[in-house]
Amino acid sequence: MADRGIQWFRFTAPANFYDLSGRLIPWFAALTVALFAVGLYLGLVVAPPDYQQGDSYRIIYIHVPTAWMGMFLYVLMAVYAAIGLIWRIKMAEVMAKAIAPTGALFTFLALWTGALWGRPTWGVYWVWDARLTSMLILLFLYLGYMALHAAIDDRQRASSASAVLAMVGVVNVPIIYFSVQWWNTLHQGASITVTEAPTMATIMFVTLLIMTLASWMYAIAVVLARARIELLERERNARWVQERMEERP
Amino acid sequence: MFGTLMALLRRDLVLALRRPQDALTVVGFFVVVVSLFPLGVGPDPEFLRSLAPGVLWVAALLATMLSLERLFSDDYRDGSLEQLLLVPEPLGLLVLTKTVAHWLITGLPLVLISPLLALQLNLRPDEIVLFMLALLLGTPVLSLIGAVGAALTLGLRGGGVLIALLILPLYVPPLILGAGAVDAVMHGASAQAHLSLLGALMVFALFGTPWATAAALRIMLD
Repeated sequence: MADRGIQWFRFTAPANFYDLSGRLIPWFAALTVALFAVGLYLGLVVAPPDYQQGDSYRIIYIHVPTAWMGMFLYVLMAVYAAIGLIWRIKMAEVMAKAIAPTGALFTFLALWTGALWGRPTWGVYWVWDARLTSMLILLFLYLGYMALHAAIDDRQRASSASAVLAMVGVVNVPIIYFSVQWWNTLHQGASITVTEAPTMATIMFVTLLIMTLASWMYAIAVVLARARIELLERERNARWVQERMEERP
Repeated sequence: MFGTLMALLRRDLVLALRRPQDALTVVGFFVVVVSLFPLGVGPDPEFLRSLAPGVLWVAALLATMLSLERLFSDDYRDGSLEQLLLVPEPLGLLVLTKTVAHWLITGLPLVLISPLLALQLNLRPDEIVLFMLALLLGTPVLSLIGAVGAALTLGLRGGGVLIALLILPLYVPPLILGAGAVDAVMHGASAQAHLSLLGALMVFALFGTPWATAAALRIMLD
């Protein structure tokens, strides 16, 4: 039993996680650069301009991946937070905390690029479109999570308290999303929605996929790096930290 | 068990009645905020009317939020909250009782004073009745969700400001549904869908949030 496959639980031990992530981060960082380079080249040079929106649609290659990441990372953060809260796994707490800033960054970028995209297509930077509004609220949820984490000095308590908040938040996200959508259709007679993509060309789809992968690689690299630092701070009195610090030149 | 809960409810209500200024401050805040809006946007009755549902609801959200800090902080300071954690009854039910008391002290007065303010903003009688109904369904949700935030910010520096950041995004659904109900009637549609969803939200919050609040209290008083 024990010697079959990879023992995943090994990596919940901080020292093992620290070593493994240290080895993985350069790879993820390299993949990030490579995929972004390919994706941006395809998106900005190879892909043909849209017949309606011209070149301005190209912001989709940033906008859509960041929006996906923003939403997905919140769920991931809540899952880690729940694991940390229920099974008291320290690494899960660290990961949840490490994900939050990256998720907030992606959500912010999605809003920012959405505003920049809205200007040429809708004529205004901001409309109270259902998607924009729910992304804005998602950003607020991230900010609340990070603010609560920062406000509590005791790390263990901070992790547990913000885990409760993340879980309450993740239950609320669909409710908020649907209520915002409903509100939007009620309040705006001729609601402006993101123009429905007419059967996306293959090159666009592939580019979008590459950009999304690149965003993933970036998120993994940055989150792991942040988790390592958090881990060092938490465990600064542990022996494995002392050992590894002494190894360094 | 029922006896314990009733005793807790009575205690909270008596404490609140001995210091009525606490509850009255919240009502005062609600009235003042709503009264300031016409000064800001102009006295045009039709415009105020169209603005009324949103203004009233946002003011109710803010008033509830300001009252939340008091939900646990007094008990926390004099130590009775820690005693409450030792009571053999399920903490979720105790928390629910405290939240009900909080709603009776702060939420219900908001509902009762709201017709006056709605009248000031030029709503018609049938709209006012509906607004009260929506508020009656919505303010318990505000108290219930707010209790989670109050527990999470217990004993923190600047907890009052932090609670706004934690709780206000979660207040979006009741705000939309509550203001939407009045809005629907103003435009000649039925508010039934809004009210049903608001009721569903209340039941859901009633069922779920006390346990989250209880978990938060256990963490913060650890």
